[in-house]
Amino acid sequence: MHSKPKVLWIDGVSCYGCSHSFYNYPQIKEILNKIELIYHPLLPSSEFKIQKSDLLIIEGALKNNFSRLDYNLNELISKLIKLSKKVLLIGTCAVYGGMFGEGILFDKDKEGKFYKCHEKMISIPGCPPHPEWIAYAIEMIIENKKILLDKENRPKEIFTYTSHMGCVRNEYFEWKIDADNFGEKEGCLFYHQGCQGPFTHSSCNRILWNEVNSKPRAGTPCFGCTEKTFPKKNLFETETFMGIPANIPLGVSKRAYLTLSGVAKSLKNERLSKRLIDEDN
Amino acid sequence: MSKEEKKLEIMKTALNLFAKNGFYNTTIADIAREMGMSVGNMYNYFPSKESLAKELLIYTSKLFGDELKKINEMDISTKEKIKKIVELYFKKTKEEPELVDYFMRVYLSNKEIFNNGCEGMLCVSAFVTEIMIFFEEGVRKKELKNQDFFSAFGLFMGYLGGLVFLYREGILGKDIEEYVEPVSENIYNALKA
Repeated sequence: MHSKPKVLWIDGVSCYGCSHSFYNYPQIKEILNKIELIYHPLLPSSEFKIQKSDLLIIEGALKNNFSRLDYNLNELISKLIKLSKKVLLIGTCAVYGGMFGEGILFDKDKEGKFYKCHEKMISIPGCPPHPEWIAYAIEMIIENKKILLDKENRPKEIFTYTSHMGCVRNEYFEWKIDADNFGEKEGCLFYHQGCQGPFTHSSCNRILWNEVNSKPRAGTPCFGCTEKTFPKKNLFETETFMGIPANIPLGVSKRAYLTLSGVAKSLKNERLSKRLIDEDN
Repeated sequence: MSKEEKKLEIMKTALNLFAKNGFYNTTIADIAREMGMSVGNMYNYFPSKESLAKELLIYTSKLFGDELKKINEMDISTKEKIKKIVELYFKKTKEEPELVDYFMRVYLSNKEIFNNGCEGMLCVSAFVTEIMIFFEEGVRKKELKNQDFFSAFGLFMGYLGGLVFLYREGILGKDIEEYVEPVSENIYNALKA
């Protein structure tokens, strides 16, 4: 019988939100049964030692002069990367720096300290990443299946989409009708409430959270937590330049977008301008 | 002459008549006479006077929009762009006063003609889109103050419109092109960051 793949899960500067997200994966036991978890900061595992692994999972950011398990964090990460066959970066901190500073693969929009090892790395950004995204990556890696990656090493199957795709408020976006107040079930959150869905790479509205919901569905704007620009300030406000959204949907020129939205606004959709429950048809 | 060329000819003729005599005082028969065409033949090109007015609006908006786009794409400061836009507007007023008259005396004064198919920005979007891009980029480059779009748009276009109106009424003391410099300066001072 083949031995199980050895998986070492190490934490940089982290809030452990990525681990906690993973605990919510309904089939977590099945995954844990398929691997030999040689170290995890929170789950039961053996005493930590620097050793070879088939898969190194890193959660959290880098930091100079930071101690982890009695080692210098950055040196520890460096050693573990060298000793592993594949590296899975979990969360925006590990990929880009996120909340805590400097990522493993990128330092915000620049190449990071360990970019030179990018060929064995896979990025799963998110704050936190969806448990299914983490599980997908672990399973694909331990089963030696090829994952199609984009140029930031994100699996295309998850991150080629935007969180806008699949949003139940899309019809309101089409007609440029915004929700007037927080928590309204109807209306788009893009124009006033800060939603970053149309330019954020993620599958939040395709693979739902807790299998039922997503931020925009529940009335909270997408915070763009999977992006290198995360976190931004004023997450409930749309950044505008002279009233025009500073960030527009991916794949379209500003000129084309402004033309289209002007037309959509001019052809006012009366039905969607009112509460649907007050409609007779 | 192709059908499209003929249409353009009719539009130019109509533009002159609308600008000079107003929309309601101009009939399809007047336009046909000026073109040397029969009234019946005119309807092969435009089903109604309203549709002609609408196409003219789209045409003039695109004409200004195309010129503004060129300015937007220039690698110059926002202050210089303001001057270019003012120059363009005053130059057109002098050279093709019927364009500006049409916009001010027909479009802005007779909105009811444009209720069917020109609601909101529909027929002037080529022009408004370029103005939006101009403002957005000015703020993005931190050269203009970030504020409500219409506060800035009204200040810019209302000011130019006012000057052009005075010019067309024969009230301005000097040639309108002599106002390019001070008007541009005022607009920049009012909108700068």
